[in-house]
Amino acid sequence: MLKRGLNSVHPATGALFHIIFILYTILCIVPIFLVVAVSFTDELTVVANGYQFIPEKFSTYAYEFLFKDSTQILRSYGVTILVTATGTLLGVSMMAMYAYPLSRNDLPFRGPLAFFVFFTMLFNGGLVSFYLVYVRFLGLKNSLWALILPLLVAPFFILVMRTFFKNIPSELIEAAKIDGAGEFRIAGTVIFPLSVPILATVALFTVLNYWNDWFMSLLFISDDKKVSLQYLMYKTMLNIQYLTSNTQAAQGIAQGGSAVELPSETVRMAMCVVGIGPIVFAYPFFQRYFVKGLLIGAIKG
Amino acid sequence: MLARIRAGGIYSTHLDAKRVNGLAYGQSTKWRKLLKFWPLYLMMLPTIVLLLINNYLPIAGLIIAFKNVNYVDGVFGSPWNGLNNFKFLFSTRDAWIITRNTLLYNAVFIASNIIVALIFALMLNELRSRWLPKFYQASMFFPFFLSMVVVSYLVFAFLSKGNGFVNNNLLPLFGMEPISWYQEPKYWPFILPLINIWKNAGYYTVFFVASMVTISHEYYEAAVIDGASKWQQAIRITLPQLMPLVTVLTLLQIGRIFYADFGLFYQVPLNSGAIYSTTNVIDTYVYRALLTLGDFGMSSAAAFYQSVVGFVLVFLSNYIVRKLDRENALF
Repeated sequence: MLKRGLNSVHPATGALFHIIFILYTILCIVPIFLVVAVSFTDELTVVANGYQFIPEKFSTYAYEFLFKDSTQILRSYGVTILVTATGTLLGVSMMAMYAYPLSRNDLPFRGPLAFFVFFTMLFNGGLVSFYLVYVRFLGLKNSLWALILPLLVAPFFILVMRTFFKNIPSELIEAAKIDGAGEFRIAGTVIFPLSVPILATVALFTVLNYWNDWFMSLLFISDDKKVSLQYLMYKTMLNIQYLTSNTQAAQGIAQGGSAVELPSETVRMAMCVVGIGPIVFAYPFFQRYFVKGLLIGAIKG
Repeated sequence: MLARIRAGGIYSTHLDAKRVNGLAYGQSTKWRKLLKFWPLYLMMLPTIVLLLINNYLPIAGLIIAFKNVNYVDGVFGSPWNGLNNFKFLFSTRDAWIITRNTLLYNAVFIASNIIVALIFALMLNELRSRWLPKFYQASMFFPFFLSMVVVSYLVFAFLSKGNGFVNNNLLPLFGMEPISWYQEPKYWPFILPLINIWKNAGYYTVFFVASMVTISHEYYEAAVIDGASKWQQAIRITLPQLMPLVTVLTLLQIGRIFYADFGLFYQVPLNSGAIYSTTNVIDTYVYRALLTLGDFGMSSAAAFYQSVVGFVLVFLSNYIVRKLDRENALF
């Protein structure tokens, strides 16, 4: 009894902790279940009972409605996948190619070049001038590049990568040089293959940044063909709210001969499920590497 | 006299010649050295160009806060406006409201995230089960992973007036009438901090648990020999060992206290005008002034205000971090 008393908490305390964690865990996950449950409920039941965790009357009508015309959803998936893939590939290579020279002790001007990156973490020009640079100066309104370029390079990741590269023994670089390898070859065949953990971590974070981004679309995109998945979800929420709050618009739809009645409540939630589906299935995989990445990232850059 | 001048002259020309030679020699080696590194500089070029576009050009663009922008003259050709944009901004009640909201919410967020995460981390540390703590951590981390648009859906599912879970299932239990959550400003100073904890506490918990692993076991062994209870060990060993990290995290976040989480304040309240008084922050204000009203003067003045005060705060907080713990300072 005494032995236990010193090296572990009282069983009752331990049980209490478990109860608290189980409750909090439920709190973290359960909102998703509510959304999924509503999306599979019959619209009239929802209107009568409100959102419930257990559908009183099961229905897949919301999904049928959404996929009756799935062009926009598929297109948005395409935009998001294209932007995420391009952005991550380009971004990780660019960051690595900036961080590697910075990690070299013999590079002239590495101090100012590091400060050049670091300064952007301290001071920024604010939203208005950023917006004007992209819209007026670069003319990227309604261009997918306006979704890619702003998130391409994260100063913090460059500094973290530099720390990682610094720990690679410089003898390897010297040896490669003696064998006649150029700088690009050294970076590509010696340094980067040895740095897969950090490159993968940065890539995962970058993927998530791109996948979850809606702000750049909010700023720059008005063309329906270039709406990303997150932005489509945002617009769905907005439009349905507009239709339900605006009786004139609803009447307009009814008079327009549209036989389809808008199952607004369930469609909204179905849209959310369609939007988060794949990323939730990727979560267990992501989470493991995220935690590992946090540990690598915690080493000061 | 003349001789001396001449001598001096000779002496000085001699020296000049030497210096010129030396300079030429030094320059050419330096040049050759730089030339040797051209592939490395070439690798850095794309990022340099990108940062110039994304970060440095907008900094130059801050001057539009002092301009009266019109479409005819273009952004940089527009006439100067002195401090009028700022006078206009600070004469409205908005300037006070957005500053207050940004600072207070962020202060609450910083404190609550760290306190909740510390408590969770200390509790997780005491659990003896092998896989349950991992499961708890994975679940707590989950909300961090979701975009703010998704979060706004989840919150809507609970708070929507007609069908929301809270109005339909929770309030009737207490015999309360349904509440129009998206129309009532008074509830949001409680809702937003709760959502913030829900979304971010798991991230910090994982962070703290990871750094607890690095605390040397000898401290605990010595404490056990001295008869310290688990509670005493947590308070006297674990917590003090985590304190440097906590201090630095807090200070770094205080440095960012002038920047609000745009998504949380824009998406989650569904941009509802009725609750601006408790949900409008500097970031959402700048956005709305720019894209909804098209008011360049007001929005650029607010953005300038945020950039400059934000910069001063980053600088100050880093100065304090450096005084406390040089290792963890940003610069």
